[in-house]
Amino acid sequence: MDRLTTKNITVSYEGTNIIEDISIELKKGEIVCLIGVSGVGKSTLFNVISGLLNPDSGTVQLDGSDIAGKAGNVSYMLQKDLLLPYKTILDNVSLPLVIRGEKKSKAREITARYFEEFGLEGTQNKYPKQLSGGMRQRAALLRTYLFSDQVALLDEPFSALDSITKSNMHKWFLDVMEQIRLSALLITHDIDEAILLSDRIYVMAGKPGRIREEIIIREPKPRAREFVVSDSFMEYKKYILSILE
Amino acid sequence: MIKKLPSIINKVSPVSAILFVLIIWQLSSATGAVPKFMLPSPLDVVRAFIDDFALLMHHAGTTLMEAFLGLSIGTVFGFLIAVIMDRFPVAYKSFYPVIVLTQTVPTVAIAPLLVLWMGYGILPKITLIVVITFFPIAIGLLEGFRSADQDALNLLKAMGASRMQCFLHIKFPSSLNQFFAGLRISVSYSVVGAVVSEWLGGFSGLGVYMTRVRKSYSFDKMFAVIFFISIISLLLIFGVALLKNAVMPWDRRKKTN
Repeated sequence: MDRLTTKNITVSYEGTNIIEDISIELKKGEIVCLIGVSGVGKSTLFNVISGLLNPDSGTVQLDGSDIAGKAGNVSYMLQKDLLLPYKTILDNVSLPLVIRGEKKSKAREITARYFEEFGLEGTQNKYPKQLSGGMRQRAALLRTYLFSDQVALLDEPFSALDSITKSNMHKWFLDVMEQIRLSALLITHDIDEAILLSDRIYVMAGKPGRIREEIIIREPKPRAREFVVSDSFMEYKKYILSILE
Repeated sequence: MIKKLPSIINKVSPVSAILFVLIIWQLSSATGAVPKFMLPSPLDVVRAFIDDFALLMHHAGTTLMEAFLGLSIGTVFGFLIAVIMDRFPVAYKSFYPVIVLTQTVPTVAIAPLLVLWMGYGILPKITLIVVITFFPIAIGLLEGFRSADQDALNLLKAMGASRMQCFLHIKFPSSLNQFFAGLRISVSYSVVGAVVSEWLGGFSGLGVYMTRVRKSYSFDKMFAVIFFISIISLLLIFGVALLKNAVMPWDRRKKTN
């Protein structure tokens, strides 16, 4: 079943189209990557799906209902963790529940249950400054999940991390996603990351940005670390590079 | 050990500079280089302070009460102005220049007018303090609101947060640092404002005391009250720093780490 679908989304700015005719779909529990060079309009598409930006034409549907231009349905997470420096990790993560009208104490109680599953135990009463970049992104993902357990938009969530932390985070991400069955649309310009994490990949290119290709990664999950050095991985990579050129 | 050295030097050097000035002062007064009736020695000043201690405390009570009332009203007023100017860009555009203009008028010039309008009671004093203290607070808060992380605001909006929730969770906490910077300035302004307004008339307060001792040429008492006012201001600024630490624990931990 399709959770999220966009049909023929076009966004223009000062008369020129930035993205054109974007139609993508995200099924339940699926991880889909959107890959493309910087400036191709990936983030614009994200803003449309998250309801911050109205498209010039096209529709966005979540479980069959139209959500274009409506905030509060789809959660997102950026490269910047956006954890508020003046709130503890527990309060930061429980923020979406508080915004929804939950009492602070109740929100904390619900949130605390997830800390172990997300590998965040012991950080509840710390401030973001006291955590490493990787831990902060974990907290940001938990906050995203508590905002919406249906669809999450992740805009280059791991790109600010060093490569070793990043590879650990990939493993952690796949494990957590396996458990929480969140549907995620992930933006990246890291081809390796896209192949490793995705069930499907949309390759975006051109000016205005369009979807050039849809690639299905047939490697079963959970994926072993060796996948990244396998021949099939290299085949996918070669293919994506050839499209992007 | 080596790391501690600079911090000791940092603390020792201003203290020794002050001591140096005091010694020179005491010497020039004791040797008669400057006539005693014009410049009393530091020891005379201390003696005058001790002699008039009870009286000074009585007057300080009045001044502090005025400063506190004026600062409280000024803070509330500054807060409201900042919120309104942040919420309505039209208000920002039209009133910002007017508010800056109010600050270019010298305090000493409007104080007599306020006395003429409002009499010798507490009202003109409070008004003057409000006028000079709201500004640093309003500007501090306004800058703080505007410096709030736009991405964080967008994230909250995407979560469906109301304008009020955005304010409570992002804008207000982001402005605390600048608010306290403004408050620190306003606190010392409030004491100075109270004293200046008391010069022009009143029945008690450090400014009234100052006028009286000046008229009787008691320079030692004059110096005593000047230093006393400085000390009060310093203590209040220190109080603001303590308050900031209590209100912003995240900021404190950042520094110790």
